[in-house]
Amino acid sequence: MTDVKNDRAAMSSDISTSGDDADAASEHARVMQERVARAAMRGPKVTRVVAAKIALRPRIVELWRSRELLTFLVRKEIKVKYKNSVLGFLWSMLNPALTLVVYFLVFSLVLKNGIPSFGIYLFSGLLIWNFFSTSMTSATSAVVSNGGIVKKVAFPREILALSSVGSAAVFFFFQGVVMALFMLALSHSPDWGDMWLLIPAFVAIMVFASAMAVFLSAVNVYFRDTQHLVEVLLMVWFWAVPIVYAFHTVQHGLEKLHLVWLYLVDPLAPVILTFQRVLYNIPVYTEKGTTTTVQLLPAHGVIWYATCDIAVLVASIGLLMGALVVFGRLEGNFAEEL
Amino acid sequence: MTSSIAVDIVDVSKRFRLYHEKLTSVKERILRAGRNPFEDFWALRDVVFQVEEGETVGILGRNGSGKSTLLKCISGILQPTEGKVVVRGNLAALLELGAGFQPELSGRDNIYLNASLLGMSTKEVERRFDEIVAFAELEQFIDNQVKFYSSGMYVRLGFAVAVSVEPDVLVIDEVLAVGDENFQRKCLDRIKSFQDEGRTIVFVTHAADLVRQICDRAAVLDDGRLIGSGLPGECIRMFRELLVEADAAHEAAWPAEPGGTEGVSGEGEGPQEPRVAGFRPIQLVAVDVEHPGSGTRPYLLPGEPLSVHVAFEAIEAVPDVIFVIAVHNKNGDLVFGSDTEILECPFDAPKGAGRADFIFENVPLLDGTYDVSIGARSRSGGTVYDWREQQDRFEVMNPGRSTGIVDMRLRVEVRAASLS
Repeated sequence: MTDVKNDRAAMSSDISTSGDDADAASEHARVMQERVARAAMRGPKVTRVVAAKIALRPRIVELWRSRELLTFLVRKEIKVKYKNSVLGFLWSMLNPALTLVVYFLVFSLVLKNGIPSFGIYLFSGLLIWNFFSTSMTSATSAVVSNGGIVKKVAFPREILALSSVGSAAVFFFFQGVVMALFMLALSHSPDWGDMWLLIPAFVAIMVFASAMAVFLSAVNVYFRDTQHLVEVLLMVWFWAVPIVYAFHTVQHGLEKLHLVWLYLVDPLAPVILTFQRVLYNIPVYTEKGTTTTVQLLPAHGVIWYATCDIAVLVASIGLLMGALVVFGRLEGNFAEEL
Repeated sequence: MTSSIAVDIVDVSKRFRLYHEKLTSVKERILRAGRNPFEDFWALRDVVFQVEEGETVGILGRNGSGKSTLLKCISGILQPTEGKVVVRGNLAALLELGAGFQPELSGRDNIYLNASLLGMSTKEVERRFDEIVAFAELEQFIDNQVKFYSSGMYVRLGFAVAVSVEPDVLVIDEVLAVGDENFQRKCLDRIKSFQDEGRTIVFVTHAADLVRQICDRAAVLDDGRLIGSGLPGECIRMFRELLVEADAAHEAAWPAEPGGTEGVSGEGEGPQEPRVAGFRPIQLVAVDVEHPGSGTRPYLLPGEPLSVHVAFEAIEAVPDVIFVIAVHNKNGDLVFGSDTEILECPFDAPKGAGRADFIFENVPLLDGTYDVSIGARSRSGGTVYDWREQQDRFEVMNPGRSTGIVDMRLRVEVRAASLS
């Protein structure tokens, strides 16, 4: 039995300083050093912090880094939306086209609002409206409906809301092409010289839509009523901007109350007016059979339109920052709430 | 050491609010405002832990000990309530394979989408696309919609995409136990090459063997607290002991039904207080390894017999005790495992000391040092009485010149084929 005891001293791990272990330890240290050296060859590394509160700036940096993901999500959204439907992508055209036809029939044939080339007028405004309303409805449920990914994969979740805006923007461009064909068919010429105005106008509305999208998608995780509320709100909003009626019809009433500014504070109004100014391009017309001229669109120069759009853009950037802050506060518990 | 910290977990705590009833609409929130019943539950408490660059760390813990929550905090899916996690380098988290897959899209589209979700650039995906498809063994089906994939195909694609990300820090949650054996081996190979490339790996598992096999270090979580960290073997022992203690506590809290075979049935002290936590009716006192050369040389020769003597102490009479033996090599692979149940050697332990002798008539091993683990458990396997993880070892020295692990008795005949 004493033999066994002696033997055990040599063999058991009670003796931790045995030569074998020391060898193993130094071997391990060498392997680790090699690994670290190889890791260092891959270049500098970014440092990321996970904590309850992350400052705005690193969040924006992270968002910028994921811009490729945004394009993939937009592509996915468009592909998935019309997969397995026979008409597929055509629906994205058909739906707004039918809306257009209905409003056209109601307002130019039944109610006779007297706006010349009413189809073009309507289309100019609907283009923006369709973009805005589809972004809102899909963005509101963006985080909730992607719960599976949110719970299992780490990425800046704001991307989900932004991808809704992105896919709406893609549809906007397709509808723009249809509108161009439409104008060509009716040989209606836009204001070519001021075409550039569309760019600040669209950028402004896109930033505004993004701000709303980010905010609403986060709030909807906690209050699922948000999506229904948004639907109702959009219905009211539609009538608060000059799409199916002309700006001048509300202008007089508003001027008496000194509230024109309130109407124009709505970020959608100046953008829609800009689109009408450029694409519809009939600011003033003479009523049929009379000599009365009607100032259909605000009687200001191009600079006024541009200034309004820039103002919307600046305000929207502020709103977007605010929305990102709110999103950051609410994001921490997403994975638990979904 | 020139190494630096890849993952720095600083005083991380995570609180979950457990609502008795989830209120998600405004109406409900207003109506129930102020008396919204919830309980605070701390899934993690003041966890401080650092993972060095290039290290592979396994996190062990029982169910509900906070392992997965910790991984989610590291990967940024959850934000800690207090404290912070600082991660140096790109991180990819494998929490669920194929989590971001869109069933309506093709395998091809899903590779792009999923890789980009995991933070990979389009160029990289394009470069590695064929490799991903080959790894997933899905060449024929890559343009089919993912909804038509079998679950095995789904998981393979998920893993293939995830490991192609080449992150500096890889976080894995129990996902290695998927696919057939072939695929599992491929996964392990990939993990090993990740290690060689100096990437940091943090993973959670119940499989202690896997920790022993691939980890440099391990940590043990219990009830949201980090109770220990160190070499894998030590942590596995700690983890096993934790399970034994938990079992004992459970036994004490819920005494076995009359006639049950569990050891502590006599301790019916009332269900509320598990006071005898850690009570072990059978304790392994000593383990000795003996071979013919004991005393003259510290190693044995291939083919020599080996005896493992286990001395135990029964605190009380325990019916039907099973003794378990396992032999692991230095890589952590299980070389041999058996128990007295398999060997059909039932034993009712009377109160007092006793011994169990495992006698190997010959040890057909070549060079190497082998760890011996010994355990005692109940027949059902539900209760582990005691466990000595890798506390004893033996060494085999091969005087011959054949190489390998197993001494396969070989006889050789070489001759020319006769022409007639």
